[in-house]
Amino acid sequence: MSMPFYVPPEQLVKDRAEYAKKGIARGRSIVAMEYAEGVLLLAENPSRTLYKISEIYDRIAFAGVGKYNEFEALRVAGIRHADLKGYMYGRPDVAAKGLANAFSQTLGNIFTHEIKPYEVEILVAELGINGEGNRLFKVTYDGTLSEERGFCAIGGQADLLTSTLAEGYAGPASLAATVHMVAAAFAQVEQREIDGWEAAVLDSAGKRRTFRRLTQEEIVSALEG
Amino acid sequence: MSVDRFTGGLPAGAPAPGTSFTDLLRSLDLAPQWKAGGGEGSVLAPEGTTVLALRYADGVVMVGDRQATEGHLVAHRRIQKVFQADGYSAVAISGTAGLAIEMVRLFQTELEHYEKLEGARLSLEGKATYLARMVRAQLPMVFQGLVVVPLFAGFDEATQEGRLYTFDVVGGRYEEQDFGATGSGGRDAKSYLRGAYAEGLAESAALEVGLRALVSASEEDTATGGPDVQRGIFPNVVTVTAAGFREIPEEQVASISATAMESIR
Repeated sequence: MSMPFYVPPEQLVKDRAEYAKKGIARGRSIVAMEYAEGVLLLAENPSRTLYKISEIYDRIAFAGVGKYNEFEALRVAGIRHADLKGYMYGRPDVAAKGLANAFSQTLGNIFTHEIKPYEVEILVAELGINGEGNRLFKVTYDGTLSEERGFCAIGGQADLLTSTLAEGYAGPASLAATVHMVAAAFAQVEQREIDGWEAAVLDSAGKRRTFRRLTQEEIVSALEG
Repeated sequence: MSVDRFTGGLPAGAPAPGTSFTDLLRSLDLAPQWKAGGGEGSVLAPEGTTVLALRYADGVVMVGDRQATEGHLVAHRRIQKVFQADGYSAVAISGTAGLAIEMVRLFQTELEHYEKLEGARLSLEGKATYLARMVRAQLPMVFQGLVVVPLFAGFDEATQEGRLYTFDVVGGRYEEQDFGATGSGGRDAKSYLRGAYAEGLAESAALEVGLRALVSASEEDTATGGPDVQRGIFPNVVTVTAAGFREIPEEQVASISATAMESIR
């Protein structure tokens, strides 16, 4: 009878974490930031069709970095979870906290039980009512769930972006100013030409479904303005 | 453990639900059962009566009365029969109200679910086809007297025009050129529209024609509730144009109803 090699759990977790981190570090980052009328999500994305930011429900948006097929599977699961809940109960019963919890449970389980952890980080943003109670949740590859205030970054450069943004952030500003500020932080951190933008907002002017993608013209005019 | 777990626990080996919300419900054993119990006989349940839609210059307008009847009785005076289906379409119902409203809810969720997963809306024809399938799935209920017949209208973003569809109980789907109506007063509404309809009406004229058709149906058909000035109950009126779905405010409907009631004898 062959004996499996003994691997201490510390080593196992460390190896898995390193593997996942390496995958995520290759991905481009995403920032969510509150602005005066809602929440902005801005990502560097050269593709015009393969989105990283997406609508989940009336007031909830999703963003994912890392391996596309993995965060896409989580996005689909998130939409199913939300639509199912909204249909079975009522639309106000779908909240970002429950969703972030589900992502956290799923990623945590995959991290410990599957052969390979998911190389993703997830951001769940929720628009509050009347400008109060906006929520930003971040879920990492091992299922760690944290709530951030004001703004939140995920992806390879998340830590640098967070510290850069923290210097300039002084509460919610106009949409154009917010786009400008986040884009400037990206440029400062990445130290290279940014390869196309993807942006969306949860806009409190929207009636029921508040998610809206910004057009390229809107992004460009905000950056130039 | 897979990501499917948090949709509520898909059983192992269940077919992947794809982009359909109904398939998702089915895979979790939560889909509504459009099947009445065995045996003969029929069930008496509140029924929605008259809804109509017509095309005009900018798109389509849809009008529905507010009454639900149960046999010869008034069951409800202010139910809603005209609903937003998604950003660019509206659906109205006639027949067994309880089933119809559930069908609309599922249809709305279905369209939104598809739009979010795919990142694009279904085509207007695709939406109408899907609705026809939902009506056909109801067929077993028809033999118990529980009939649902919707009316579907929307703005076709590809051809930039308003289009409307009528249905029959077996899920037949028919595109109408000018106008369509269904429900107990549908015939009366249609015969009014046949005379009054003109192509390329302006919005104000289209709203007026639509409300007059409803008022004339309510004069002929006892089950159809016309504008109720005394209680302040007015028909649901919506438009779908290039700018999307819009509900006409009640005050405006009230004033158009007042002139419509004066002119119809």
